[in-house]
Amino acid sequence: MIFIELMNNHFSDWERLLDFKYFKLLKSKNELKNLDVAFVEGAISTFKEEKRLKEIRKNSKKLVAIGSCAVNGSPSNQRNFFNDSTKQEIKMILDNFGHRDKVSQLDEIVEVDDNVPGCPMDEGKFLQILNKYLKEFKVM
Amino acid sequence: MHEDFKISIDGLSKIEGHASLDVKVRNGKVEDVKLKISENKRFYTQAIRGKQFQTVPQLVSRICGTCSVAHLTCCTEAVEKALEIEPSEQTIMLRKLMMYGTMIRDHAMHLYLFSLPDVLGKDSVLEFDERQHELVHQAFDVKRAGNDLTKLIGGRAIHPPFAQIGNFSRIPEKSETKKVIKEMKSVRSHIFDLVKIFYDCEFSFRRKNTFVALTTDDFSFLEGVIKSSHRLIIPEQFYWDHLHRVIIPYSQATGYEFEGRDFMVGSLARMNLNRERLHKNTRNDLAKYIRAFPSENVYHNNLAQAIEIMHSIDHSIEILEGSNFKKEPQVKFKIKEGKGVGVIEAPRGTLYYAIDLDNQGKIIYGNLVIPTAQNQIRMENDIKKLVANNMGKNKEFIQNEIEKLIRAYDPCMTCATHFLKVRWL
Repeated sequence: MIFIELMNNHFSDWERLLDFKYFKLLKSKNELKNLDVAFVEGAISTFKEEKRLKEIRKNSKKLVAIGSCAVNGSPSNQRNFFNDSTKQEIKMILDNFGHRDKVSQLDEIVEVDDNVPGCPMDEGKFLQILNKYLKEFKVM
Repeated sequence: MHEDFKISIDGLSKIEGHASLDVKVRNGKVEDVKLKISENKRFYTQAIRGKQFQTVPQLVSRICGTCSVAHLTCCTEAVEKALEIEPSEQTIMLRKLMMYGTMIRDHAMHLYLFSLPDVLGKDSVLEFDERQHELVHQAFDVKRAGNDLTKLIGGRAIHPPFAQIGNFSRIPEKSETKKVIKEMKSVRSHIFDLVKIFYDCEFSFRRKNTFVALTTDDFSFLEGVIKSSHRLIIPEQFYWDHLHRVIIPYSQATGYEFEGRDFMVGSLARMNLNRERLHKNTRNDLAKYIRAFPSENVYHNNLAQAIEIMHSIDHSIEILEGSNFKKEPQVKFKIKEGKGVGVIEAPRGTLYYAIDLDNQGKIIYGNLVIPTAQNQIRMENDIKKLVANNMGKNKEFIQNEIEKLIRAYDPCMTCATHFLKVRWL
């Protein structure tokens, strides 16, 4: 979401420099193959997401965790810290929808190359990392 | 006709969050439609229990990046009602402005980036041709103006830190205020183009509908009474009594009925129920377009949003030009046991928070009702009718029509739990 907001000021450049392969918020024809860099937000709560994250990792040269939930799990991981009675209360939903025992940050499941922490994510750090990869992949 | 087919859309695009859809047609009849909001539950209602009241509005703000200001503002109102805190006139004014900034940004995102590609027959703004490119620049100008307004008041466009229980920790600076007024005036002209596009758009889907919205005297999304299209008038604190919570086993979000039937909240509802309260400049300049309401055409939700952007700009300019914000003392209050209800109009519709506090100011119970969750049953029933209306047409066409219709609702799956995937079974 912050990425969409950063576009307010950077769209003209990015449109020229970046090829958006997978961006569901903006387009319906998406392909998750041979990505140079994947920016992933959110924490991992379900087995399906875990599988998906591994698939993204396999298809990307670099993977960057963006935002607090991806970097350190919080606040999406708040159920990890529930007491037993509250855990019992939500158990049925967890079972019905294929949730894992605990919510994990990305680097607990796959190798993460860079982190952009913060809620909302730190814009300066994001731009710095994006520029780093633009140079590394010889886009600029 | 003996037509059998299944449609399954797994991961609807250009909406906020994740959802999927299963449609089953047998012997030319729609047998089943399942709209599955697959965004994960993050258990905010459980997580806020036991937390100190001051910390909770900023925590629930994290339910959604897009709608953060709405959650923050509504939860703050509920806590204030529980503690019998009365914010100053200036604070209320600042909150209205912060919500206007959110409306401008959020509606602009939905209209330009999610819906406009449907109207122009493109997959995304990234594919717009040179002529259409001007609209992309306008999109980002309008979004930026909304963000700058929220930032002026709250210190940041998303999860604004200056908003507190009782007041704002800082007030806007004069020089910054002037800049925002200028920016608002400069993007205003873009909205005429936007309104015209959605007025001229011939998309249409109609089904008898109940509309519900919080109606306010100045169309400001904050304080008022809840009205329905069958003329009910409900004080904010009793809204829950008129809702029926429906557990939808295949969706991670809860659905709602209003007075026993499906209903719609959001811009279209607000425009149908309260358009005479729009800002006078908006009413003057957009009179022709406002006459499209009342309307039962779901696609007019887009037109309604465009008109609301204009209103948000016009009322913000008026407030900011007449403002002389002063640093105010911290509101004094005693921590006590109490119950409070906050209801506001979020960009996508009526948002309800109920908070119970114990005598230490800790949350005993919290309940929230999200706009998209209220629209969920309605959306599903609409899709049933849409598929039935289009029987005989090819699957790809029907699938595209479904996606367009869902997009017109501007659902926020992140808020509703928090996803759409359509799988044709």
